[in-house]
Amino acid sequence: MTADTGNSGEMAATRQDAAQLEVCGVTKAFPGCIANDDISFRIEPGEIHALLGENGAGKSTLVKIMYGVLQADSGEILWNGQKVDITSPHVARDMGIGLVFQHFSLFETMTVLENIALAMNDVRDMDVLRKRVLEVEKTYGLPLDPDRHVYTLSVGERQRIEIVRCLLQNPKLLILDEPTSVLTPQEVERLFETLRRLSAEGCAILYISHKLHEVKSLCHRATVLRAGKVVAVCDPAVETAKSMAEMMIGQKLVAPDRGEARIPGAVRLAISNLSLITDEPFGTDLKNINLTVRGGEIVGVAGVAGNGQNELFRALAGETEISGDAGCIAIDGTAVAHFGPRRRRRLGAAFVPEERNGHGAIPDMSLSENAFLTAFRRMALSARGLIREVPTRSFANSIIKTFDVRTTGAGAEAGSLSGGNLQKFIVGREIMQDPGVLVISQPTWGVDAGAASAIHQALINLAAKGTAVLVISQDLDEIFAICDRVVVMSAGNMSASRPMDAVSIEEIGLLMGGLHDLEGNVAQTEGGHVDQA
Amino acid sequence: MLIRLEPRRQHSQAMVYLSPVLAIILTLMAGMVIFSIMGKDPLRALHTFFILPVNNIYGITELFVKATPLVIIAIGLAMGFRANVWNIGAEGQLTMGAIFGGGLALLFHDSTSVFLLPAMLVMGALGGAFWAAIPAWLRTRFNANEILTSLMLTYVGVLVLSYLVHGPWRSPDGFNFPESRPFPAAALLPVIYDGTRVHLGSLIALLAVVGGWILLSKSVIGFQLRVVGKAPQAARHVGFRQKRMVWFTLLLSGGLAGLAGLFEVAGPIGQLQPQISPGYGFTAIIVAFLGRLHPVGILFGGLIMALTYLGGELAQIMMGLPNAVTGLFQGILLFFLLACDVLTKYRVRFGSAAPKGRAA
Repeated sequence: MTADTGNSGEMAATRQDAAQLEVCGVTKAFPGCIANDDISFRIEPGEIHALLGENGAGKSTLVKIMYGVLQADSGEILWNGQKVDITSPHVARDMGIGLVFQHFSLFETMTVLENIALAMNDVRDMDVLRKRVLEVEKTYGLPLDPDRHVYTLSVGERQRIEIVRCLLQNPKLLILDEPTSVLTPQEVERLFETLRRLSAEGCAILYISHKLHEVKSLCHRATVLRAGKVVAVCDPAVETAKSMAEMMIGQKLVAPDRGEARIPGAVRLAISNLSLITDEPFGTDLKNINLTVRGGEIVGVAGVAGNGQNELFRALAGETEISGDAGCIAIDGTAVAHFGPRRRRRLGAAFVPEERNGHGAIPDMSLSENAFLTAFRRMALSARGLIREVPTRSFANSIIKTFDVRTTGAGAEAGSLSGGNLQKFIVGREIMQDPGVLVISQPTWGVDAGAASAIHQALINLAAKGTAVLVISQDLDEIFAICDRVVVMSAGNMSASRPMDAVSIEEIGLLMGGLHDLEGNVAQTEGGHVDQA
Repeated sequence: MLIRLEPRRQHSQAMVYLSPVLAIILTLMAGMVIFSIMGKDPLRALHTFFILPVNNIYGITELFVKATPLVIIAIGLAMGFRANVWNIGAEGQLTMGAIFGGGLALLFHDSTSVFLLPAMLVMGALGGAFWAAIPAWLRTRFNANEILTSLMLTYVGVLVLSYLVHGPWRSPDGFNFPESRPFPAAALLPVIYDGTRVHLGSLIALLAVVGGWILLSKSVIGFQLRVVGKAPQAARHVGFRQKRMVWFTLLLSGGLAGLAGLFEVAGPIGQLQPQISPGYGFTAIIVAFLGRLHPVGILFGGLIMALTYLGGELAQIMMGLPNAVTGLFQGILLFFLLACDVLTKYRVRFGSAAPKGRAA
């Protein structure tokens, strides 16, 4: 790890040596914060360059400047050694910069080809376009039927559409923003295959991620951002995931302390034969889900987003009405499927949804009021229909203190807290109610590493006290770090549970992809390994 | 050239409370311009409109008389607006309250019982709540938009009253005028300041302010309706039922509007007649927003809007201005208030938008 940010010595060389793209001293300030502070780095042709950093480190701002969505306050951008003014995304595309967004902008009811045509400037002839699309797909190993409707495609396939769109413009630089957060491990490997092929042809790739093992296996060089500044440039191949994580957060990384092996107690949460037809337009039906969680256990639910995890969470939390067998969900032996959220909470269940703002907390209400929101019954914060202000405030203060929530006080609006601090507050609010069962969805989604490890430790400690904890997460690292057992959801089905110490990441990946394209995935994985070897 | 509204990253908390003040100042300025265009001396017109009505004790008591129904109705409406329940039909609920409560007075027109007036209060509130229950049922059962249904029921309510006073309830010795018998003394609200028209309702309006504040800021149900309004998903997550809030806020605002209607007929008017309200039910919507949906703010908002009624009457008498000036002022005030609120939350950006983002 070196703090050598300026390769400017080499830069003085001839035109042939010019970087594909060089960012020189870019600064961008927003009211109240400097998102990018004098950032410089360069990407060579054919290089796969990682941009690392925690949420809020300034990655997105930098990408927006490079893609012309935002303008830098100062600093310049060189393209092939020439100073350029990227005034809009249009200019960026014309120069040869392609961007694959984290969230796709696709029309569900149109075909792949139609979606691609919509993004092109000059489509004269659909047949010509189809030929070009098939060509690109063949060259870069991106199998995709141009005539299929988008709504029938998996997330990985949807992402391929976005990539094909970019490749049709013959980009010299391809930017991918957190491309793997929605992919199974096998799909990730397939994506890397494509990226390596592109790189071999001289296309530079800027790869934005916080998944360090991916960066390690894919990228040639990494620039690490922290609080808007470049803090390190390193070679991922020689660094460890841990050392890069420490560069990102600027402090030592503490692995959660699992304590002694816990002996699971009685079954506290039991789901049996839970089936549920969704009423959401693009929701997933739950199909015959069976799962038990014992006291003292942390069970992880893995899976690619959109495979029924949200529906499962809503069914467990009581947000969805369940008709039919009341016994399909039981908390400490009491059938609760017909109960609303409040009666379930009275039995000792607690829930933390994935979305903080507007679901787990109300951004423009104070922390006191947010503490009251879920805790007023169990913590006796109301009397005769009125809010008891003093106990409510002291409950909020004790959450703030116990969970080290950085804030100005219990009167601060929840929306004024950073994501990590708000999540600590929400998790703390539930844990301090001493629940018998805790169901938590994406506990550390968009949370900085420091807060994430605090939350992990809190969950482990809670289980140690005899609580049954169910963690729904897309982050396999998280599941491996804290869970005792894991189940995988795919297309509304749940796999049988596997003990954590007897399961491999590949096995989970296969389950995440579902059994239907098992063979294809196996072949692809093997290909990936050969390539790496 | 394009004008865009861009959300402000952080909006000033002070501006939230200053914006009604700013809106009032802007309304006065716009009023001066309008008066000048009409060929009236703007300063004299404003003086007539806003100072003259309240420069004596009687004027001030009249202000309370007009503010009473506005405040009572607006407090009920504000509870609903906080929970995203848009009762626009308070005028109809007011009318129904007057019919239910006033009907009782007509039924016992020779009564001297002290229980008559309390019974009328109850019937008035029930009448208004009943009229608001219809949109509540349509909304919770069929998901019918309460803005439309409550507004449409207003006209039904007014026509019911019109039918009653033209027909079955017409006074037998009223020379065929479309009005009911005068209410018996036992059915009239006691005046609380001799020689004026200020009645018991004004005190009840103050009680409503206090009660509304406790309900909204201190009670669990008030907390629930704020949560339902601000974050429906969070409400569902913790089991605050939206349907219950629809029922609660509509019955509450309907009941309060009905009570206000009864106060009008059992107070200043003293009988049923085709027109019992100069649009209090609609003006109360402006009052609710002027008062920032907060009971104490609503008290001030109610007084200000009451002043426009008084000023309009006086401007009509003394300067020959049309009565429409009252509505004009109310409209301008609402316009500026909404504009100030928008500019508090958003900033205006001129210039072309970024080229229509084709997905990359």
